[in-house]
Amino acid sequence: MKRLSEERTKLVFEKLTKYIGGNLKLLIDRPDGTYCFREQKEKVYYVSEKILSLASTVAPENLISFGTCFGRFTKSGKFKMHITALHYLAPYAQYKIWLKPSAEQQFLYGHHVAKSGLGRITENTAQYQGVVVFSMNDLPLGFGVAAKSTADCKHADPISTICFHQADIGEYIRSEDTLI
Amino acid sequence: MGRKAKYDEVVVPAGPGRKSKKQSDPTFPKGLIVKDASSLSHRQKQRAKKRQLKSKAQKAKSNEPKKKKMKESVIQAAKKDDNETESEESEEVASGDEHEVPEVQMPLANAEDSDASNSDAESEDSDAKDDETEDEDEEEESNLLPIEKANKKLKKKQEKERKLAAEEMQESITHQDIFTFPTAEELANPVSLQDVQQRIRDVIIVLSDFKRLRDKDRARKEYIDLLRTDLCIYFSYNDFLMEKLMQIFPMNELLEYLEASEVQRPMTIRTNSLKTRRRDLAQALINRGVNLDPIGKWTKVGLVVYSSQVPMGATPEYLAGHYILQGASSFLPVIALDPKENERVLDMCSAPGGKSSHIAALMKNTGVLFSNDVNRDRIKAVIGNFHRLGIVNSVICSYDGRKIPSIIKGFDRVLLDAPCTGTGVVAKDPGVKINKDELDVQRCCTLQRELLLAAIDSVNARSDTGGIIVYSTCSILPEENEWIVDYALKKRDVKLVPTGLDFGEEGFTNYRHHRFHPTLKLTRRFYPHTHNMDGFFVAKLKKFSNMVVKQEIVEDDDATSE
Repeated sequence: MKRLSEERTKLVFEKLTKYIGGNLKLLIDRPDGTYCFREQKEKVYYVSEKILSLASTVAPENLISFGTCFGRFTKSGKFKMHITALHYLAPYAQYKIWLKPSAEQQFLYGHHVAKSGLGRITENTAQYQGVVVFSMNDLPLGFGVAAKSTADCKHADPISTICFHQADIGEYIRSEDTLI
Repeated sequence: MGRKAKYDEVVVPAGPGRKSKKQSDPTFPKGLIVKDASSLSHRQKQRAKKRQLKSKAQKAKSNEPKKKKMKESVIQAAKKDDNETESEESEEVASGDEHEVPEVQMPLANAEDSDASNSDAESEDSDAKDDETEDEDEEEESNLLPIEKANKKLKKKQEKERKLAAEEMQESITHQDIFTFPTAEELANPVSLQDVQQRIRDVIIVLSDFKRLRDKDRARKEYIDLLRTDLCIYFSYNDFLMEKLMQIFPMNELLEYLEASEVQRPMTIRTNSLKTRRRDLAQALINRGVNLDPIGKWTKVGLVVYSSQVPMGATPEYLAGHYILQGASSFLPVIALDPKENERVLDMCSAPGGKSSHIAALMKNTGVLFSNDVNRDRIKAVIGNFHRLGIVNSVICSYDGRKIPSIIKGFDRVLLDAPCTGTGVVAKDPGVKINKDELDVQRCCTLQRELLLAAIDSVNARSDTGGIIVYSTCSILPEENEWIVDYALKKRDVKLVPTGLDFGEEGFTNYRHHRFHPTLKLTRRFYPHTHNMDGFFVAKLKKFSNMVVKQEIVEDDDATSE
């Protein structure tokens, strides 16, 4: 377990900003205690300092997980967000997409979102903006990247992709073993 | 068009209706009806009279020519080649009085007829008919061949034997009420499952009133052994486990338990109170076509699922972490543990994370929850479940539970859901019925003792709010439950406290030759047949002091007493 290096912190924050923008500040300066990012075995955890001090008593090879896992660094040095980060992304998300009930299932199987399945979208979403995907009754389903801006969406044909899939909660079943 | 059909009009059918129809009298095939002499028609009576007259006339005649003719006709019918010598004679006679031939043959045919009817209807013959035939016999005996006479005699004999056998059968049925102990031969031969089931019931009845119903030459042990082997066959248990079960349960309860263990418990889910409320979840699931109900008054987060049109482990609500599939019995140890906010809690054997996540939910994501499990494959399920359910205050580690006190101490509460033989969850895993033996139980016991001592050691007795250890297993054997707790009471400075569960049966204080600490009645046992949940055991301990010195003293005591 170690602190993130300068450049890795930058990578993580850049990635998070894509989804939650300025709300990142709320994750770092919290009223209910200090929270911090820690790295263990290439994975990034977000955890309260209280828990961190106790977790440090556990030997690294026996420590499986602590706090919330946000993602991991790939072999090529990029930061990849995991679906497990959704717990913190969903409440702070700035740009959202809501899916029609008929398209929920498709997205949960790992498919992109087509125009026909789009229920609502946040105004002035830019192209390639990170978005959090919700069902119509505000259940967070996953996150992805907007393939088209809000304006383009209005004129897109029904089968064209609106949002590229990145992670969805179906992964809890599909890939439980490789979740972290 | 379909929509124009008048579905809402009630059509009242005419007539008396289907149900008022009366079944007509039964009709029997002709052969079955025995005709009374009185019910004969006029013509039949006339014919019978004629026949009688004729037979009398024939009797009056001399026997000799008649016999010859009968002989001749019979032989002719049966075997033609045998009667070369007699053929000349008979030819002479035949030529002598040709007119008589058909008339003489008549009584013979008649006799044969009556014979045939006798043999057909013999089984249901009444005494009256017997008399009739006897009369006829007397009449006809004189004009029968010796072989026919012998045949008649034999038939009579058979008839008598059959009657005797029937009487004997009747007698044996009336005396069947009292169970007779099967002989060694009967035991050696395999019998059908129904017979075994009947025998189980009979033996249990005998055992319930042993003095009156017993076989004087048989000991109680023989009955018990018979019952055990029968139960083993019927429910396919191994001898060892059945013996244990028979020691735990009284006879009448045993059968109930075994039958209840054959059926699965209903599927239950636990609402994740971190993300939703039970009422909202129930509404969302009902909209998906799930039929559910609250589990009971003792918990506010449980739901029973009766039927579902969608797989319960793959609904969007499940994936979003609004609930987790969890057996009803798994709620109990957590309710007993009663974790408070901002405490430090340890779950020693946490996989797959059902009880552990329940603890986190009760702590409202505050404090610290250590979830440990020795198995690295199974701990992956804990990771998945915790992240899905939104639990952020956890540290998931993989140690051997026995080493935990040497790594981290000072917990407010510890839950030890110990690995066990699983004799309480036979419905889930029927393999338990046959693959457990004395050695497995012993191994589990040793591990459980060590784990429980480790759990007690890792608790801080000076904690303001806690100092609580909850020990639970999904086994019903006292060896894995009361015995272990009793051992811990001797070894450490702990005492039993009420579990806070207002149902369940009290733990044993006396079990066979064991005399456990009297406070063990504060522990709770749960059975499939009484509580409709898996077999389960929960004990709640409170730690007084962190003294480990006491351990040695007690050990010394033990050594001297032993």
